[in-house]
Amino acid sequence: MAYKILEKEEIAPSVHRMIIDAPDIAKAAKAGQFIILRIDERGERVPLTIADFEKETGKVAIIFQEMGKSTKQLAKLSAGDFLEDFVGPLGNPADVRKLGTVILVGGGVGVAPIYPQAKAYRSAGNKVISIIGARNKDLLLLEEEMREASSELYIATDDGSKGQHGFVTDILKKILDSGEKVARVVIVGPPIMMKVGTGVASPYDVEIIVSLNSIMVDGTGMCGGCRVMVDGETKFTCIDGPEFDARKVDFVQLMNRLAMYRGEEAKAVEKYEEECRCGLH
Amino acid sequence: MEELHEEKQGKAKKERTPMPEQPAEERIKNFSEVALGYSKEDALAEASRCLSCKDPKCVEGCPVNVDIPGFIKLVSEENFEEAIEKIKATNTLPAICGRVCPQETQCEALCVLGKKGQPVAIGRLERFCADYEREKGVKDPEAMTPTGKKVAVVGSGPAGLTAAADLAKLGHKVTIFESLHKAGGVLSYGIPEFRLPKEIVRQELEYIKKLGVEVKPNYIIGRIKTLDELCDDFDAVFLGTGAGLPNFMGIEGENLNGVYSANEFLTRVNLMKAYDPEYDTMVRHGKHVLVVGGGNVAMDAARSALRLGAEEVSIVYRRGEDEMPARREEIEHAKEEGIIFRLLTNPVHILGDEKFNVTGVECIKMELGEADKSGRRSPVPVEGSEFLVPADVVVIAIGTSPNPIIFKGSEGLEQNKRGTVVADEETGATSKCGVFAGGDVVTGAATVISAMGAGKKSAKAIDEYLKEK
Repeated sequence: MAYKILEKEEIAPSVHRMIIDAPDIAKAAKAGQFIILRIDERGERVPLTIADFEKETGKVAIIFQEMGKSTKQLAKLSAGDFLEDFVGPLGNPADVRKLGTVILVGGGVGVAPIYPQAKAYRSAGNKVISIIGARNKDLLLLEEEMREASSELYIATDDGSKGQHGFVTDILKKILDSGEKVARVVIVGPPIMMKVGTGVASPYDVEIIVSLNSIMVDGTGMCGGCRVMVDGETKFTCIDGPEFDARKVDFVQLMNRLAMYRGEEAKAVEKYEEECRCGLH
Repeated sequence: MEELHEEKQGKAKKERTPMPEQPAEERIKNFSEVALGYSKEDALAEASRCLSCKDPKCVEGCPVNVDIPGFIKLVSEENFEEAIEKIKATNTLPAICGRVCPQETQCEALCVLGKKGQPVAIGRLERFCADYEREKGVKDPEAMTPTGKKVAVVGSGPAGLTAAADLAKLGHKVTIFESLHKAGGVLSYGIPEFRLPKEIVRQELEYIKKLGVEVKPNYIIGRIKTLDELCDDFDAVFLGTGAGLPNFMGIEGENLNGVYSANEFLTRVNLMKAYDPEYDTMVRHGKHVLVVGGGNVAMDAARSALRLGAEEVSIVYRRGEDEMPARREEIEHAKEEGIIFRLLTNPVHILGDEKFNVTGVECIKMELGEADKSGRRSPVPVEGSEFLVPADVVVIAIGTSPNPIIFKGSEGLEQNKRGTVVADEETGATSKCGVFAGGDVVTGAATVISAMGAGKKSAKAIDEYLKEK
């Protein structure tokens, strides 16, 4: 099987948006789900959240940051190239219902997965307050798209180069303190941000949901590599999640498990970059 | 003279022709196949041991009823082409069955010769015939007359492939939906290269495609389409989705880094080829590896870990060796390779360091108590017998459960408490009209050949259902 890359764009330094021709997935996809791709026969299976999809045209968008060997290799592909495998939609769809006011918090590449959620919550009749952030203004993703999809948009950057100087969680606290009646907070991003965000929102009478990005192989419940402790019980991110009640997630274990191959990943990147310098790729 | 001749022949019949193998000290350094296969001379010698019983018991022991004396007679006549035809009349995957079937509990268990000596090596002869054909080049199957009926097969493991092949041979248009990127189910992701080379799986799949079967990889029923939608698009559906969900023990420390389900460990090593540096797949290469379980999967995981370069690999099993569900040959091979068997032992606690990496497993000695419902004596812990086994990789191989994805968004498919699909034993018919099921999704984790047997029975039942429809 081969899946055609229809478009590719670098939307921020080392962050890319790719649009793949995958009509079966586009037709079935819902906000909050993910796909797994494999670049070629020797590649890893890489899970990525669906950043956007169009049922009519059969297009599925993914957004990824160059981190490990696979994402660096993926970044080298262009429109017209093919991916060996592209499977999905995986995971349970986000639990989107009419709740009233929903705050969506996205940090870094975590803005990508909340974009389809913002659209879905809005069309379900909610007031959507989005808070997006990044280290600096250049790394801020999807500002225009998020502005259009949300009822209100707030921005935070670590260096203050755009929006509020500080973290998305600072803005979250301010809104929760303002007395506005909020039904749910959805936080997606680096695990440390989800942990801090959960800590900030926990004292308030509000539902908190996080979407996890565990290491996994198949994404269908077969490997169990994505197991995570939720409320003292082992759950599989791929079939029980990826959304969980944030107050019950063991974030420390999640972060530890995400570090499982950190050493090997660094070595793989080094080897790959050396090969690139030698003109092998 | 006559008497002497008979005695000589009788003696010759007692000894089974040994299987040529890679020596243990060599094979632990590679992933190539352990058993090298019979030569023509070996096959003829072994085939001559068969008594060609008039009422062959061996056939009854075969879940797909291969005409065993029939094909062995053809082997002894050096008519290997017809021998493989005879096998293939009822068994779609002979090269695979010859390698992975538990013959000692099936056909060979019932062989008359086994009463006094060693049974005929039926599996090895089956493999010989299949390999002979493959080397010669497999003949393309003849074109069937299409019936115009469409059947969907969900899952491309042994049950699905067998059902698909049999249905295609009857002229039905079959589409297989597979969730992974490669077809074959456990044959591709689970059973290691050294026991079942993937090239053989690929060639058996090619044959099934030549029968007109279409295989759609990366297609998840329950996510892309529901079972209900599939029922609308096809005249009948066969579910061969297996038991893919790994069980864990629920003990402390099980989520530490370095603790794998056997499914994950084997998938990374086999399907994703982590042993080959050309592949990007990551897996921890442990120095001290501990595998929990006593089945074929446990043996596969232990022997794979050894080949990845482990210094010491041990298998921890809570009962004794006689109770181990693994094939005899796998246990023998594992022992030859230096795998340590810690029998009547059970893990109670997995230990880790401050970086969340596994460092060891606290185990407890067990003793066999009263027989349980299954007739096996159930193990009970010996108080105060705890001891520590150092380990930097732990693989849990204690079984699997059916995958729940298939049931998403679909109604009317009855399941029992363990999550398996309720299906008629003879036909595989489920509570949902037009939906049949067979293999591990019905029985829970079992063998390749029993799944094939179920696929076969369902194919027949589906054919009858389609005729009446």
